[in-house]
Order: sequence, then C-alpha cells, then structure tokens
Amino acid sequence: MHKEAAIREPLILGHKTYSDITEDVCGPIEGKAPKAWYIMFGIALLVGLYGIGCILYLLGTGIGTWGLNKTVEWAWDITNFVWWVGIGHAGTLISAVLLLFRQRWRMAINRSAEAMTIFAVFMAGLFPLIHMGRLWVGYWVLPIPNQFGSLWVNFNSPLLWDVFAISTYLTVSVVFWYIGLIPDFATIRDRAKGSVSRKMYGILSFGWSGRAKHWNRFEIVSLVLAGLATPLVFSVHSIVSFDFATSVIPGWHTTIFPPYFVAGAVFSGFAMVQTLLLILRKGMKLEAYIHTKHVEYMNIVIMVTGSIVGVAYLTELFISWYSGVEYESYAFINRATGPYWWAYASMMTCNVVSPQLMWFKKLRTSLLFTFFISIVVNIGMWFERFVIIVTSIHQDYLPSSWSMFYPTWVDIGVFIGTIGIFFAFYLAFARYFPVLAIAELKTIVKISGESYKNGTAPGHDDHGGGDHGHVEEPIKEDNTDTASEEE
Amino acid sequence: MADRVIYATYDDDHTLLEGAKKLVADGVHISDVFSPFPIHGIDPVIGVKHTRLGIVAMMFAVTGMMLAVIGFQYIMISDWPMNIGGKPNFSLLQNFPSFVPITFEFTVLFAAHGMALTYLLRNKTLPGMPADNPYPRNTDDRFTMEIRLSENGGMSSDDLHAKIKQTGIVEIEEKDYVVIK
Repeated sequence: MHKEAAIREPLILGHKTYSDITEDVCGPIEGKAPKAWYIMFGIALLVGLYGIGCILYLLGTGIGTWGLNKTVEWAWDITNFVWWVGIGHAGTLISAVLLLFRQRWRMAINRSAEAMTIFAVFMAGLFPLIHMGRLWVGYWVLPIPNQFGSLWVNFNSPLLWDVFAISTYLTVSVVFWYIGLIPDFATIRDRAKGSVSRKMYGILSFGWSGRAKHWNRFEIVSLVLAGLATPLVFSVHSIVSFDFATSVIPGWHTTIFPPYFVAGAVFSGFAMVQTLLLILRKGMKLEAYIHTKHVEYMNIVIMVTGSIVGVAYLTELFISWYSGVEYESYAFINRATGPYWWAYASMMTCNVVSPQLMWFKKLRTSLLFTFFISIVVNIGMWFERFVIIVTSIHQDYLPSSWSMFYPTWVDIGVFIGTIGIFFAFYLAFARYFPVLAIAELKTIVKISGESYKNGTAPGHDDHGGGDHGHVEEPIKEDNTDTASEEE
Repeated sequence: MADRVIYATYDDDHTLLEGAKKLVADGVHISDVFSPFPIHGIDPVIGVKHTRLGIVAMMFAVTGMMLAVIGFQYIMISDWPMNIGGKPNFSLLQNFPSFVPITFEFTVLFAAHGMALTYLLRNKTLPGMPADNPYPRNTDDRFTMEIRLSENGGMSSDDLHAKIKQTGIVEIEEKDYVVIK
C-alpha cells in the first residue's frame, strides 16, 4: 500500500470515494455538452478550417506564398515547428519523468497533458511536411526501398534525425497515452447506457476487465514505457536543436543548444498545460482534482525552467563575447539592437522576467495570474524561436544578401490554423475521453483524501491494524490555508 | 458437470486483500481478482507471477538497435556511400557518431512498440475483444474475487461460502463457470 507523510497536503480535495471519481470524470462525457463547449469548439473548428484552407492554397500555389526569400529561407515554418514540439514536451515529462520520480500530483494532470502532447506534436509535424512544398512525396524521408535507383535518405543529416525523433516521439506518446486509457475506457463502457456508446467504448477498451494479472502487467508496462520515454523527451528536443547547432550560422552553432532547448520546451509545455488545465477544471468542474497545489507545483516548474532559459540566454551572450569571433558577437548585438530588437525584447520580457514573478507565493497560487503568465510564456517562447532563426539568418556572412522577413497572410493563416486545429482536437478529447486518469486517481484516494488526514474517513479505525495503519495521526501543523487556498 | 464459480465482491481493496490472505491461509485457491485499479500486494497472495515484459522490452530494444546498425551499414556504407560536404561514408565505425541519434530513436521505437504489442497480445486485450469482468462495477468501485470449485477440490460449496462470508464481503454469488475467451 502507498505511504505518504501526514504533513502532505491532500491531492484530492473533499471526501471523494472511488465511485465519486468515476462519476466526476465520466459524468461530463455521458451528459450533454454545455453551450460554452459548442461555442469554443465552433470557434476552434472555424479557425482550424481557415488554416487548412491556407495550407491547401499554399500546396496549390507553392511556398512562394510564404514570406521567405533567398536569405531568410526558414522563418515561421521552423519557428512554429520548434514551438509546437516544445509544447508537446510537458505531457511526456509529466507522465514519464514524474512517474519515475513517484510524483503523485501528476495523476490529476497527466492524461490531458499527454493528449496535449500528441496534438502538439501532430501540429509540429505538419510544418516540415508543408515546407517540403510537395506534401505528397513526404514519404521520401523514410528509408524505404524505391524505384529511383540507389536513392536513400541521408542518415547524417540532422533533418533526418528530426524525422526519426519526431515520429518515434509521436508514436511512443500515443502508445503510452492509450495504454493508460484502456482501463478508463472500460469504466465508461461498463456505465454506458446507449448501445452505440457501449459498442464504441467497448471497442476502445479492448475488452479490459481489470484482472490482477492484467494490472500487474499494466504497471510494469507503464513503468518501462516511462523509462523509455524519459530519455526520449530529452533526446527529441536535443535533436531538434541539432538542426541549428550542427550548422555554421552565427548564433546557431552553440553547444548549449540541447539543454537550453529542452529547458525551453518544458517551460513552454508547462505553460500550455496551465492554460488548458485552467480552462478544463473550470469547464468540467474538476476543482477537487486539479487544485491550487497542482497549479503551484507547475508554476514552480515554470519558474525553474524559465530561470534555466534565462541563464542560457546570458551564457550565449557571454560566450559570443568571450569566443572573440566577430560574426558571433555581431549576431547577438544585432539580435538585441538590430531591426528585430522588438522580438528580442519581447522574448526577454516574457521568458526571463515573467517567470521570476513566480517566486511570490501569492502570485504562483493565483489562478488568474497563472493563466495570464501561461499565455505570456507561450508568446515569449514563440518569439525565442523566431529570434534564434530569423535574426541569425537575415544578416549572415554576406552583407550583400542581407534581407528582412515579413510574414504573409498565408504564414499567419497556417500558424493560427494549427492553433485552431489543436484546440478543436483538445476540446473533442475533453468531450469524449476521460480527461483524468480514473484508475490512477483511485490509487491515491486513501493516501491523500482529507478524510484520511483528519481521521474521519469511514472505516478508518477498522483498518488501523492493516496497511492503512500507515496513515498516521495528522501532525499538528499550520496548514489552515489548505482548504481556504482553494479559491 | 459444468464447473461452478463463486464471485465474492468487496467494496474496499484493503478488505479484499486481507480477505484473500485469510482465505489462502485457510487453503482456498483464488483464481483471479477483478478490480478498478491495481491492488498492491495481491499478486503474491493469489499467486500471480511477476511479468517478464521488461525482458521482452529489452529484447525488442536490442533488435531495433541491430536493425538500425545493419540499415546504416547497407544504406550509407555499402550500397551508396555519399560524400556530403566533404564528409564521406566509408566506414561504419568512423561515421557512427552521426548515426547515434537515429540508433537511439530506433531502439526506443522498437522497445516501446514491441513491448506494448506483446502486452496487448498476452492480455488478450485487443480491439473488439469481449470483456469478462463478472460485474460492471468492477471497473468502478467494486472488487471481486473469483473462486472456482474445481480448483478447490477438497472443499464443498457450502464450506467455501462460509469461509468467504467471514471476510467482509458485500455480495456473494455462485454461477456456472463460462469461458468467454
């Protein structure tokens, strides 16, 4: 049985029973969707469809419809790609890394964060494919035997490393997510009243019946997958950073890129998790499961990773000066004072200054402030990628080719469209899938329920001699804000 | 004669665990347990062996890694060695540093998918498979023990019922044992 120190604050608020958890998570799926859901889904769908229209226009006309030129041949496409991949990182980090570290607070947020990962990585993958211009030959990046003679992919290329990294990351994330979903789909299946939903969830649940042997395997599979996904999280964004780091462009070929990109990815990923979860908890009335403590923990992650990112910016500046390479120094001076100074200033303000506000407990436990900062961080992280990419190549080694980049309506449309598609997917997920890991949450009811903290749970005394005996008398402590802090 | 099975249902995982320990100590063989979440500590009591899926994952990982290396050797070294940017591919060993990222990804890809597939096949949890939990609430808040009469040859149905009733059950039912899968 689980043990937890009595001084820990509960992870699930209220006197929730196993059945309450099932009801709270499955209820919104079984009932009618609220009006707000339809409105949000409708807007997301419209924006997404506009984006798809832009993509189709681009495919029909060519990538000349983007604002790229001979100098800036990578701009919003790769910026958006790296931004979306980074957002995806929080999901795997929460489900894999925090699982290995036995962080039980992850259980309330892992399911929706993993969904976010999958949709974000899917959006990320779109950009390199679109950037090819000929989407229909996208399969050429795979090392498959072909009829064009000895035409193979180049395994030395960081862009091919991306193909393998992103596809592995996407498929492993889907597997990890789905294996966790199977028991919860079974719960919905067994409650379903309509024949269609029973049939649908019956197929999705793969005939899960909750046998002891299956749970035994489930736990090992989850653990091993977490063990595999953890280095995968770090490898994926390191490999994405190699796209730049292995080049010869000033401002790109720095050895700090892999850890700096990973920290940035976690930073932006957690910010997006905050944005989505704050909407989700309110919309689906999940305040008992995703409460201030969860928000605060995530804000601490944002603060730490934001600080790492800040240190990385300063290290880059220092190294550009210390290296004595004039091109390198110029690249950084140009970033801060050149024509894109506003992008650099936005990046610095959003990514270095804003997370430092989280040092104040009042701010990091404020839901409204968290929501605001989460959006600020995501804007800042988009600018970070834009600054790295565009400011480094718009003024390269050859002054005669110096140029500016201006996005066209297609650039903007495709980017905004992916945000719409992402939200449409996420809202559909929230409507039809269990947004919390029901089975996992049930394992922490007894260790974290308030009732077990104050010894008033039904049957608490009866179990005193058993494993529940680990639940000790609560230590008198000044945790009066536990209940009151929740809004 | 068809086999008979007793389904003893509990409303608490801990009660079931304690009950299972007591029954096993009394010589009762418990065939299976159905629960909405893993009951830690139940496996050694009812004789569920530790799974070897971790070893399976390792085997898939090694397979993936070997396939990646064989692929590099064939594609990049022997079939069509490319000279890109003055960096020729003449030797697997010398070129291996640039193959490390994909070797790693391929290893993880094989290990994760291979293990997950093995897990689903071994469980017989596949799309379209029928569920065989005795009660719908086994995936909600009820914990059920399955005890087959044929596996408890020395005990009568009444004996078993009497023993089970002492373990804090909320419901007990005896049925014909039907194999669904």
